[in-house]
Amino acid sequence: MNNNKVIEAQNLTKKYGKFVAVDSINLSIAEGEVFGFLGPNGAGKTTTILMLMGFSEPSSGSIKITGYNPAREPIKVKKVVGYMPERIGFYDDLTARENLRYTGRLNGIENPRLNEVIDRLLEEVGLKEKADQLVGKYSHGMKQRLGIADVMVKQPRVAIFDEPTSGIDPEGTDQVLNLIQNMAREKVTVLISSHQLHQVQKICTQVGIFSNGKIVASGSVDKLGREALRKGKFNIILPIAQIAPNVRDDILKIPGAVSIDNIADSTVVVADDDISKALEEVVYRSSGLKVQMKVEEFELEEIYMKYFKES
Amino acid sequence: MSGLLEIFWKELADNFNSKRFVILFILVYLAGAATIYIAAQNIRTMVGDSTSNIFLSLFIVSGSNIPFSFPLFMSIFIPIIGIALGFDAVNSERTSGNLSRLLAQPIYRDDVINGKFLAGLVMIAILVISIVTLVAGLGLRMIGVPPEAEEILRLFMFILVSILYGAFWMSLAILFSVLFRKTSTSALASIAIWLFLFLFMGLIANLIAGAVSPVNQDSTVDQVASFDYLYRMINRLSPGTLYTESIQAILLPILGTSSPTMMMIGIYSGLKPAPLPLGQSLLIVWPQLVGLIALTAICFAIAYIKFMREEIRAT
Repeated sequence: MNNNKVIEAQNLTKKYGKFVAVDSINLSIAEGEVFGFLGPNGAGKTTTILMLMGFSEPSSGSIKITGYNPAREPIKVKKVVGYMPERIGFYDDLTARENLRYTGRLNGIENPRLNEVIDRLLEEVGLKEKADQLVGKYSHGMKQRLGIADVMVKQPRVAIFDEPTSGIDPEGTDQVLNLIQNMAREKVTVLISSHQLHQVQKICTQVGIFSNGKIVASGSVDKLGREALRKGKFNIILPIAQIAPNVRDDILKIPGAVSIDNIADSTVVVADDDISKALEEVVYRSSGLKVQMKVEEFELEEIYMKYFKES
Repeated sequence: MSGLLEIFWKELADNFNSKRFVILFILVYLAGAATIYIAAQNIRTMVGDSTSNIFLSLFIVSGSNIPFSFPLFMSIFIPIIGIALGFDAVNSERTSGNLSRLLAQPIYRDDVINGKFLAGLVMIAILVISIVTLVAGLGLRMIGVPPEAEEILRLFMFILVSILYGAFWMSLAILFSVLFRKTSTSALASIAIWLFLFLFMGLIANLIAGAVSPVNQDSTVDQVASFDYLYRMINRLSPGTLYTESIQAILLPILGTSSPTMMMIGIYSGLKPAPLPLGQSLLIVWPQLVGLIALTAICFAIAYIKFMREEIRAT
C-alpha cells in the first residue's frame, strides 16, 4: 500500500450504452478518513460504489482497495471491506442474531468468537433487547442499525455506506451517524454517500461532490468552502468594529495577508493562508489587546448550492 | 468452498422451515395413500398369473375407473416441486435487499447460485425418496411379496431419474428467477412452460407429424411407422416425455420398447413379450437420460452465466 491510501481510483469510467454514468473520476482516500460522496440522485455515487465493491465492472480505469483490484480479487477485497447497500434487507424470517450469525459464518468466523462479536455489536447498536425478534418485525431505523452491525461483523478496515440515513426519522439518523462516527474512531476508513448535507458535514473529514458522473470538487469542507465561495482565500474574523490605522498596517505586513474589510461589527482579514496565529501576535503587540479570532467556517449547503447553480 | 457450504446449509434449513415444504409433504402423503388404495383394489387383476416383478406392479398399477396412477402423479408432482424450489431463488434475494449484502461477503458469486441449486436438489431427493419408500413400505405390508434385487435396483433407478427430472424443472425455474425481477413473473413463466409442454406438446407433435406423413385407414405399415416415429421424436423435445418414457422402461420391464408400432408387430406376429433385464432397460432409456441431463445443464448454465455477469444493484 502506498502512503496509506486505502481506496484509490484512477480515471474510473462506467458507461451504459451511450450514457456515461461515471466519467473518469479520480479518488484517493487515506486510512482513517471519513469520506462523503455528495451529489443529487443519478450523479454517479452509487455506480461508483458498485464498482468499488466489484458489483459492476468499470468500462475503463483502475481501482485499488487496500491494494487489491475488486474485479480481479473480489474475495481479498470483501474480507476487509464492509458494505451497506442503499435499501438494506435482511432475512425477515430469521432473528437479528441469526442474520448476523449467517454473515459471520460467511466470513469464516466461528463460535465461540462469533457469539461474542455478535453480542457486543448488538449491544453497540442498541438492539440487544430485540436480538431474538424476527427482523420482519423491525422498523426501518432498526434495520438500518442492524445493517451497521452487519457491516461490523467482519471487523472491516473499510466500511462503505450507501445512503445510510435515507428514509429514517431524525433520531434514528442521529443514532446511525453516531455509530458510523464510532467506527471512524476505531480507525476504520469510512465512505458515505448521501444527499443529506448537514449530516455529511457533521461526520465527514473529506467530501467529494458528484455532478453528472464527475467529481467536481473534493477535499475538506473548509477547503471546498474557500475555493467555492472565497476564491481560495482564508477569511479570519476579528470581533472588533474598528481597528487603528497603525494596527491595520502591521496586519497587512504579515506574509500572506491580502486585505482587511469591515463587515458589520467585525473586521475580516483576507489571507492566502491560515495566518490567525501570526495575526493574534501582531494585534497583541500593536494594540495590547487579546482578541478572540476565528477562521471562517462554511456550511456545506452553501458550497453545494454554489456548485449546482454553476452547472 | 466454505461459502458454498454455508449457503447450502442455510438454504436447506430455509427449505425445511418454509410452509412450502409442509404443503409438498402433505401432497407426498396423499399420493402415497392414493397409490396404495388403488393398488389394493387393482393389483390382483393386473398381476394375473405372472410371477415376476410383482413388487414393481405396486408403482404402475392404475385404477380402472379412477384417473390416478403413480407415474402420472409423479410426472405432474415433480415439476411442481422443482418450480416451487427454484422460482424465487435469486429474485427474492434481490427484492428483499439481501443479495448485495450477501455478495459483499467474502464468497464467490457462484457460491450463491450453486448453494441454492444443491440445497434444492437435496430437497427434491428427500421428497422423491420419501414417496417411494412410503409406497414401498405400505405396499410390502399389504401384498407381502418382498422385492427382488433387480426390482430394488429398478426402484433406485426410478428415484435417480425422478431427481434428475426435478433438477431440470428447478434449473428452469432458477433461470427465470435470474431473468425476471418479480417472483410472480418467474413463477408464472415456469408454470406456463410446464403447461405448454404438458398440454400442447402432444397436439403440436400430432399436427406436424400429420402434415409431414399423413395417415388414414388405407395407410401402409410403413406410413404408420413413419408417422409414429415423427410424432415421438417431436414429443421428445418435451422433458416430460423423456421422463415418462424413462420411467415406463424402468418400472415396466415387460415393455421392451414402449413403441406402439413394435407392440403392434408383436401382436401380429404372435410373439409374446418377455421382461427385459435391467441392463437392456437402461440401454433403452439412456438417450432419454442424456437428454434430461443436457436440458438441465443448459438451463443452469444460462442462469449461471447471466447471474455471474449481472450488475448487482441494491434496488
